[in-house]
Amino acid sequence: MVIASILSQLLEDIQGMILSLASFMVTFFPQLAEGFLVTVQIFVLTLLFSMPLGMIIAFGRMSKIRLIRTLSKVYISVMRGTPLMLQILVVYFGPYYAFGIKMGSGYRFPAVIIAFVINYAAYFAEIYRSGIESMPVGQYEAAQILGYSKSQTFFKIILPQVFKRVLPPVTNETITLVKDTSMAFTISVAEMFTIAKQIGAAQTSIMPLMAAGVFYYIFNLIVAFVMESLEKKFSYYR
Amino acid sequence: MGSKLLEINHMKKGFDGKGVLEDISLSVEEGEVVSIIGPSGSGKSTLLRCATMLEQMDGGELIYQGQKAAWEKTDKKGNTKCVYATKEQMRQIKKSFGLVFQNFNLFPHYTVMKNIIDAPVSVDKVPRKEAEERAWKLLRQLGLEDKAEAYPFQLSGGQQQRVSIARALALQPKILFFDEPTSALDPELTVEVLKVIKELAKEHMTMIIVTHEMQFAREVSDRIIFMEQGLIQEQGTPEQIFSSSNARVRDFIGKMNA
Ligand SMILES: Nc1ncnc2c1ncn2[C@@H]1O[C@H](COP(=O)(O)OP(=O)(O)OP(=O)(O)O)[C@@H](O)[C@H]1O
Ligand SMILES: [Mg+2]
Repeated sequence: MVIASILSQLLEDIQGMILSLASFMVTFFPQLAEGFLVTVQIFVLTLLFSMPLGMIIAFGRMSKIRLIRTLSKVYISVMRGTPLMLQILVVYFGPYYAFGIKMGSGYRFPAVIIAFVINYAAYFAEIYRSGIESMPVGQYEAAQILGYSKSQTFFKIILPQVFKRVLPPVTNETITLVKDTSMAFTISVAEMFTIAKQIGAAQTSIMPLMAAGVFYYIFNLIVAFVMESLEKKFSYYR
Repeated sequence: MGSKLLEINHMKKGFDGKGVLEDISLSVEEGEVVSIIGPSGSGKSTLLRCATMLEQMDGGELIYQGQKAAWEKTDKKGNTKCVYATKEQMRQIKKSFGLVFQNFNLFPHYTVMKNIIDAPVSVDKVPRKEAEERAWKLLRQLGLEDKAEAYPFQLSGGQQQRVSIARALALQPKILFFDEPTSALDPELTVEVLKVIKELAKEHMTMIIVTHEMQFAREVSDRIIFMEQGLIQEQGTPEQIFSSSNARVRDFIGKMNA
């Protein structure tokens, strides 16, 4: 009897929670959706710039010139070895503390993008590098014997195969990025997490954050789906 | 026999101060089939890699069709090293030879057809249509006409090696080098690849073949070279080598046939 009543109580609680989550979603959907748009912007811009920048840094990391190699190595190690949150703060406040330049609040969003791009470029650089270095030397030698130039070898033979090899780790990084966008709240950029937190504080409710969680989750389902289709596209050869 | 296609004079090569090729001189005439045999570590692959310029030699001379690819130069301090022809000359020289690798090194992301025509089209600027016609001819010749649209991973090792031979032939080289073309293959697959090479020999393709297949070397070669410790210890016709009085040669052939 006691167990039964506890169970029915629990069921009611869960139902209540789902109902209030649903009603919350309806009420605050416009605000959250606006935040979500900013989240998507951070995501897209970060990928757009950090992926090519990562390629350049990967080349630097493998350069014949020692100085460039060392610089790239230090860069990667600092970017990966310090918190992204700290990097966001440094990019945002850096101009003021270093040069006394006052940046307006309009600098918040660009600061977030810069911080994300330079951080993610370091991760992508390492992924590309290990992809390029995993290529068997026989591919280069075959190309050399057949008379391909260095750049033909890289763009026709090596790079397409590297794409396929780096797809799984790039997927991981991309999924992490979706979640990392929430760190923009550090400097109050009005992306989804920041907004959810504000509404939650005003209403003393956990629901806004839960709702944001649902958004992030669905976003990542989409990302995973896109990446999976890409991997399928590349599965015509082994 | 025709003209001299390849001439190697006093080729030397070491790795980290350890001599691998001590002093190799060798010349190959048009239409000749030369097999190189010898124990593991004797420098056979290194010789092919230096001849095909995958590896830089330390000393000596390398000449293709009378055109110098590499030669010795002594600097002011009296150190001798090898210098190579200019990039422009090298492009020309490289057209004279092809190399078939032990593990094929096909491009996995290209179909068989693309593997064969891509270099002629994008390196030699052969019109695509002509390159394809050439490729079909090779595919028929090598018994692969139903594999043109397959990817390398869909082929057996023997088929892959035949594709890599077709890929090399598509550039119409004067000399074809083979480095143990069948040692990654099962015995049944070995037979089909050796058959292809024998047919090329019949058509008087000039070939230099590193191999452990003694019977094959005996059948296909005009000349067999026995290498040991970075030197050519003995060379001659198959009859001469297989009835050699040199104990090392006899030992080696005996062991390989056992
Ligand atoms: N890149 C390299 N760096 C250092 N040593 C090397 C390198 N390539 C070859 N060697 C050494 O040179 C020697 C000759 O090697 P090579 O591969 O030419 O022999 P091989 O006659 O082809 O032997 P196998 O029959 O086993 O293929 C070996 O002692 C090998 O360890
Ligand atoms: Mg070898």
